Amino acid sequence: MANGTTMPEKVLQWVDDRFPLVETWKYHLSEYYAPKNFNFWYYFGSLAILVLVIQIATGIFLTMNYKPSAEQAFASVEYIMRDVTWGWMIRYMHSTGASFFFIVVYLHMFRALLYGSYRKPRELIWIIGCFIYLALMAEAFFGYLLPWGQMSFWGAQVIVNLFSSIPLIGPDIAIWIRGDFVVGDATLNRFFAFHVIAVPLVLLGLVFVHLIALHEVGSNNPDGIEIKKNKDPKTGIPLDGIPFHPYYTVKDIVGVVVFLAIFSAVAFFAPEMGGYFLEYNNFIPADPLKTPPHIAPVWYFTPFYAMLRAVPAMFGSQFPGVAVMGAAVVILFFLPWLDRSPVKSIRYRGPIYKTAVALFVVAFVVLGWLGIEAPTPLYTWMARVLTIVYFAFFLLMPWYTRIDPVKPEPKRVTG
Amino acid sequence: MGNEAVLGGPAYRGPSEVNKSKRKFLIAATSAAGGVIGAAVAVPFLISMEPSARARAAGAPIEVDISRLEPGAMLTVEWRGKPVWVLNRTKPMLESLSKDTAQLADPDSNASIQPEYAKNQDRSIKPEYLVVIGICTHLGCSPIPRFEPGEASGLGANWLGGFLCPCHGSRFDLAGRVFAGQPAPTNLEIPPYFYLSDSRVLIGEDKKGA
Repeated sequence: MANGTTMPEKVLQWVDDRFPLVETWKYHLSEYYAPKNFNFWYYFGSLAILVLVIQIATGIFLTMNYKPSAEQAFASVEYIMRDVTWGWMIRYMHSTGASFFFIVVYLHMFRALLYGSYRKPRELIWIIGCFIYLALMAEAFFGYLLPWGQMSFWGAQVIVNLFSSIPLIGPDIAIWIRGDFVVGDATLNRFFAFHVIAVPLVLLGLVFVHLIALHEVGSNNPDGIEIKKNKDPKTGIPLDGIPFHPYYTVKDIVGVVVFLAIFSAVAFFAPEMGGYFLEYNNFIPADPLKTPPHIAPVWYFTPFYAMLRAVPAMFGSQFPGVAVMGAAVVILFFLPWLDRSPVKSIRYRGPIYKTAVALFVVAFVVLGWLGIEAPTPLYTWMARVLTIVYFAFFLLMPWYTRIDPVKPEPKRVTG
Repeated sequence: MGNEAVLGGPAYRGPSEVNKSKRKFLIAATSAAGGVIGAAVAVPFLISMEPSARARAAGAPIEVDISRLEPGAMLTVEWRGKPVWVLNRTKPMLESLSKDTAQLADPDSNASIQPEYAKNQDRSIKPEYLVVIGICTHLGCSPIPRFEPGEASGLGANWLGGFLCPCHGSRFDLAGRVFAGQPAPTNLEIPPYFYLSDSRVLIGEDKKGA
């Protein structure tokens, strides 16, 4: 064995004899060949990891002063904001991070939609990603109760009560989730446990397997063609691939800098974001006897909330609305098999798919807006139409992706 | 020889000798046993999330003094963590209850929850006093009193007074009965209660022996 001569080389060799350090570094970074034509949309994967790190780091420091009890929770958050030195900054980073997590993840998912990153052989990466999205929603929901403001309390009340609309077993499930007959101290305490340990562990595990699966099959690219089909006959390295490190680590650092500039601007100058990131009613302590006049979830849940409200009660039960809301998330899992187009990337798709994606984006954004607004008869009808558009995008996909006239894919990536 | 002595059986004679079906059976049996034990261990953890003995005991009844409750006024008390309203209904308020029956989802409260003695048009023991849990039967928000009838209520000229849920817009009349076509499926729940005297109500318990 060619032992190194200098001290650091010897240490590295000592470690490498006992743990595959250099091998791991090569496999996942310096000899992981990613397509050379990544564009703007490819920033959001690494940015999602950055936000995850921010959330874990700030979260650890918040738990040092937060008290998960109905008596003290609201006051302990105010204590963090006013009396803990730099506490306000840590808390605003955490609350801003929550919204930015969803911004980044929505853009990351939209990238997959644009370039067909969920298609064979990357179905499993997409499915793991959907589970990450689910875990993220659970994490956000549990975390939102912790400040114990009016929106925390009544938001949790409404969401937990969604489960009571499940026929037969629903009411017992709701009591089981709350640990009490109403949202109370027991609920807050267990949501804290889910938020700080249970869900983050699941989330980290999912992110790990997401990356392992990605590095097994290799990254997609804006052309939606497989770079592994054109390898250098001598080295076996894809001709259109470049080592992730240093090329994409350096590129991603640029993304990180721009992201952190925007993130800091919000965290320092507009942490409430006009009531969208931190809702004004949540600065009032939870009052189990009085519902605020208008309640709405935080912006990242509003598209699904709008769908929930759009479905009228049927057979004296709210369950159909709950089922539609659940289906709106579950349907994402089936995307790899709904898309039957011969090409992956939107660059080579025809006008039908481009129109469908545009309608889908409009439906999702407008539903998000409707979920914030108080319902009126007109808004309810708009939400109904857009809910149908949302589902039609997925359910009609096997048909319209097949008849859509596509352009020929290039042999090599086009940059 | 040495091996035989240690293992207490015939010496291992190579992979061809492996009894595959026996091995398969043992793997399946061990997995099944492990699965059953795992599920059994999960049970106490899942049940620990049920309301604790303290939470179950916290449903003690509460006594409310209604001697100072003016006609048309409402007070809110907390029982089992939920708001309970006591509304002193005026004559016109009570009269409104016979005018709206055609528009209600469950005018006779057949599908709704209330004690037998409150299953009547005004849903109460004494017609003036409505005692009701102020939690919407839709998704658990607390409706807001909108006692003012007519246009001034902002709920249309035909509004006779009642409650409006801020979350999803369900409307209830002054007996907590839900109007048809609202998100809420049933009338507001009436808790068990009885009069200790003319001015005192005990909420959370039925009259003993009654």
